[in-house]
Amino acid sequence: MAEPIVRIDSISKSFGAFKVLDGLSMQVMPGEKLALIGPSGSGKTTILRILMTLERIDSGHIEVEGEQLYHMSRGQALVPADERHLTKMRQKIGMVFQLFNLFPHKCVLDNVTLAPMLTKGVPKAEAHKRAMELLDMVGMADKARAMPAQLSGGQKQRVAIARALALSPKIMLFDEVTSALDPELVEEVLNVMRRLAEETDMTMLLVTHEMGFAHDFADRVLFFDRGRIVEEGKPEDIFRNPKQERTQSFLKKIIAAGHRV
Amino acid sequence: MEWDWDFVRQIMPTLLEGVKITILATILGSVLAAVVGLVIALLRRSPNRLVSRPVAFIAEFIRGTPLLVQLYFIFYILPDFGILLPPLLAGVIGLGLHYGTYTAEVYRAGIDNVPRGQWEAAKACNLDARQTWMHIILPQAIPPMIPALANYFIAMFKETPLLSAITVLELMNQAKSVANTYYRYIEPMTLVGVFFLVISLFSVVLLRWLERRYGRVGE
Repeated sequence: MAEPIVRIDSISKSFGAFKVLDGLSMQVMPGEKLALIGPSGSGKTTILRILMTLERIDSGHIEVEGEQLYHMSRGQALVPADERHLTKMRQKIGMVFQLFNLFPHKCVLDNVTLAPMLTKGVPKAEAHKRAMELLDMVGMADKARAMPAQLSGGQKQRVAIARALALSPKIMLFDEVTSALDPELVEEVLNVMRRLAEETDMTMLLVTHEMGFAHDFADRVLFFDRGRIVEEGKPEDIFRNPKQERTQSFLKKIIAAGHRV
Repeated sequence: MEWDWDFVRQIMPTLLEGVKITILATILGSVLAAVVGLVIALLRRSPNRLVSRPVAFIAEFIRGTPLLVQLYFIFYILPDFGILLPPLLAGVIGLGLHYGTYTAEVYRAGIDNVPRGQWEAAKACNLDARQTWMHIILPQAIPPMIPALANYFIAMFKETPLLSAITVLELMNQAKSVANTYYRYIEPMTLVGVFFLVISLFSVVLLRWLERRYGRVGE
């Protein structure tokens, strides 16, 4: 039995008086495709943001590849991680955002080459070559010299995926990556993610409202509500045969709102 | 008193010397204000309160006191502490510090206007703080604030006559000295006004162009 690549141990997080995560624990296996679903405010996006170190946790522990994310050992004691440790840990993780967050002052190619050149010292020619391969994979090679403002939402998101892949993370986090897209642009982004799931053994965590996609894509679905995992299981069990009352009512609402399952 | 064109011709070379110094002081003062403003804006954002608080206080102090007083301080009082500066240098430092506290606010607004998602994307790309500032935040923050910065530089230009109080031989000081020599004020002072007006008008045209070129955020 392999070791989990991510081990989350009773973490809590509050924004002011609002408790987003309440003693949450979960594990992710290497190569696993995980879909996090649930109502807004249930804490699923916060999990991704915490793994990307965009938010700090109030308590608990997270291990990535057997190493503490927010702590480091100094002798016998565990102390809060310093920036150097966080930088090292971040190399393992990449993230794609709901609002793309491309660098608007840089062309598509520079968006993809920037981080490898700056953070890993990859030579320019090599970074270019790799970036073009990735842009080709997401179907954006012909737009390498375009500026982000000239792209559609779907195109921006595909570039953002290439940018995250350029650092070769072990774990990719997808935070509602199709929520800001016009409906007709959703599929082109989902196709890229399907290919990624088929062609790589990357671990992928996906927060989504696309239940149909989650069903096909995920090995395991976690249903979140009020900062806890209410139910988890294989997609067919969660979507066809949810056991918990809260899961049932959430899925009913989502279907009523026109989402496919 | 009649307008005397011969007198105008006679004093013109002296006044042009003054114009040169005025423009030089403005340019150097602007460069210094641009740098000082950025430094203040960055230090005020420091997570370390022992840095951000004193910087905020000093900036507030400089902004809250008159430039003329500061110029006297730099030129006439610092020598008591062994710091003796040539007049033009003292003037440029005064202008740069004083206007730096204003441009700091421009930088602050410009930096705040960069969406939070850009900081987060930089972090997700594993850039460190310096790389994030140099490659992501400042290149986006600065172009939209160029018109506002230029506005302060024009305001600074019109305040350069204050430097005459610390013996800088800029336009106003030259005009005063010829006026005092010949006891004729109408030509020198009118010409000072005309010079400032012409350069200001020219600057405003430049400013409008900068606004068209850089003023639109996010393009």
